[in-house]
Amino acid sequence: MDNRGGLFRYYRLLLLFLLAGPTLLPLWATVIGGFKTTGDLRTNAFGLPREWIVDNYVEIATSARFWQMLGNSAFIAFVSTFLTVLVSSMAAYTISHMRFAGRKWISNYLALGLTFPFATAVLPVFIRVRDLGLLDTYWGVILPQVAFNLGFAVVILHGFFSQLPRELLEAAVVDGCSYTRFFWQITLPLSRPVLATVGVLALVGSWNAFLLPLVMINSESIYPWPLGIMQYQGQYGTDWGKVLAYISLTLAPAIVFYLMAQKHIIAGLTSGAVKG
Amino acid sequence: MNAIQSIGKRLRDFSQSGQLTTCLIFLPPALLLFTVFVTLPVLEASYYGFFNWNGYGPPTKWINFGNYIRALSDPIFHNALFNNLLVVLVSAIIQVPLALSVALLISDRTRSSVIFRAIYFMPYILGEVAAGLIWRYMYDGNYGVVAVIYSWFGLEAPQVLAEKGWAMAALLVVVIWKYFGFHMALFVAGRQSVSNEVLEAAQIDGANRWQSTLHVVLPMMRPVVVLSLFFSILGSLQFFDMIIPLTDGGPSNSTHSAVSYLYTFGIKRMRVGYGSAVGVILFIICVLVMVFYKRLFMRESEER
Repeated sequence: MDNRGGLFRYYRLLLLFLLAGPTLLPLWATVIGGFKTTGDLRTNAFGLPREWIVDNYVEIATSARFWQMLGNSAFIAFVSTFLTVLVSSMAAYTISHMRFAGRKWISNYLALGLTFPFATAVLPVFIRVRDLGLLDTYWGVILPQVAFNLGFAVVILHGFFSQLPRELLEAAVVDGCSYTRFFWQITLPLSRPVLATVGVLALVGSWNAFLLPLVMINSESIYPWPLGIMQYQGQYGTDWGKVLAYISLTLAPAIVFYLMAQKHIIAGLTSGAVKG
Repeated sequence: MNAIQSIGKRLRDFSQSGQLTTCLIFLPPALLLFTVFVTLPVLEASYYGFFNWNGYGPPTKWINFGNYIRALSDPIFHNALFNNLLVVLVSAIIQVPLALSVALLISDRTRSSVIFRAIYFMPYILGEVAAGLIWRYMYDGNYGVVAVIYSWFGLEAPQVLAEKGWAMAALLVVVIWKYFGFHMALFVAGRQSVSNEVLEAAQIDGANRWQSTLHVVLPMMRPVVVLSLFFSILGSLQFFDMIIPLTDGGPSNSTHSAVSYLYTFGIKRMRVGYGSAVGVILFIICVLVMVFYKRLFMRESEER
């Protein structure tokens, strides 16, 4: 396949660079914009700052509120991801390996969650969360999030678990291993890649979630970052230097995470999509 | 009697082998969470939708199909649904073909391909809210990219997001920017699963690069195209997060999606009945679209 003409090669690279420009330009303008004065921003949106201003970045990075907000997001995202993986893998395990009538029914029931987005039921979920006294708490976001993740998570995990050799389970059971122990000690360790796929999907979804916290959370002290950033923008309006610095700092964790585990993240988000 | 005895025996086996205990520990968390936060709310939405209710006290003002009639005759809602359709169309006409062609250029394992894939995918992992704010800056007529381009011609830039004719187009550009990489990654994965032997066979038969792409690779990518469009539709039906920071549905409610309409006219004003009715309409649209789409395009082997 590598008998490519030289001309083709140049055109290919040219096209790829032409597309990379508009892809990266907004990110570049944002990060660099945080270092600029307002005057500079007006006349020189994309170039390097004429005068580097670090105040915006320093002010935000040293404010407790900013870290609080990232901490809230991290807490919600990690607990939500952990619970999604735990609860869905337990359910998928029983559906895949226990022999009882109705397991097909249960698997179809949970797969229903794939057919409609969270937004369609957002108001009743709000009422439910309010009646449970969970409004304005982390759990008011985490529990519905986990519930709405179950659809795709169980489908993906069920697909994977049922391909594990059944003889393994039968042999272990004959040797006196209980079904629960087999799950913790054999099934889960064997399923690391697919657990990672589910985990990445849940983590990215929860970290970026907006509508759910917007509806459930009122107190600034438990705002996750998407709410915090909207509020900050509302406060400073078109003082873009500040707002851009804020956006850049909020995006930093996601971009660092992405650059570190880029291969797994792309694979997770796309293969999860394909299987889900 | 035999049947009952055999059922009894199977039950005894089931519980003695420990399967019953496992089920009793492992299933309830998922079933409970799913029922409480997914199934019941959907059923409740279809009930609340018949009331004029602000969410406090029990719903008492039964108004029949009042909410549904109001939503279905609201031009703003029509426009929101039309915008959802626009997102799908732009994706089908511009985004998917572009993503497919680029994916074919960078699905090999060379260094440049790996780097460009990482670059194109990057916008997809950024939070929608942050992406929306970044583009709000880009579109700001006093500061951003629009301002720069206009200043080259010595013109005063318009506030793109505040002008009715431009705002939705501007939003669609952001949609392409944000989700292009995701579709590309789907196609790369699809292209990589086409075995090289098939391509070698085509080459031996004398097909050149262009011919083998057109007649071998593209037909094999059909399921991925189907899947990719499926995700565009799904994404469009949930489209919300980026609208709020970019236009908040304005100017004069011209850039709403179905979900942002539901948020603005149902949730924000705590009209639980009305919002639930809109949710139910959206739910029905989702189910219909999914079922028809799967029936029409995702057959047998493509069925997941």
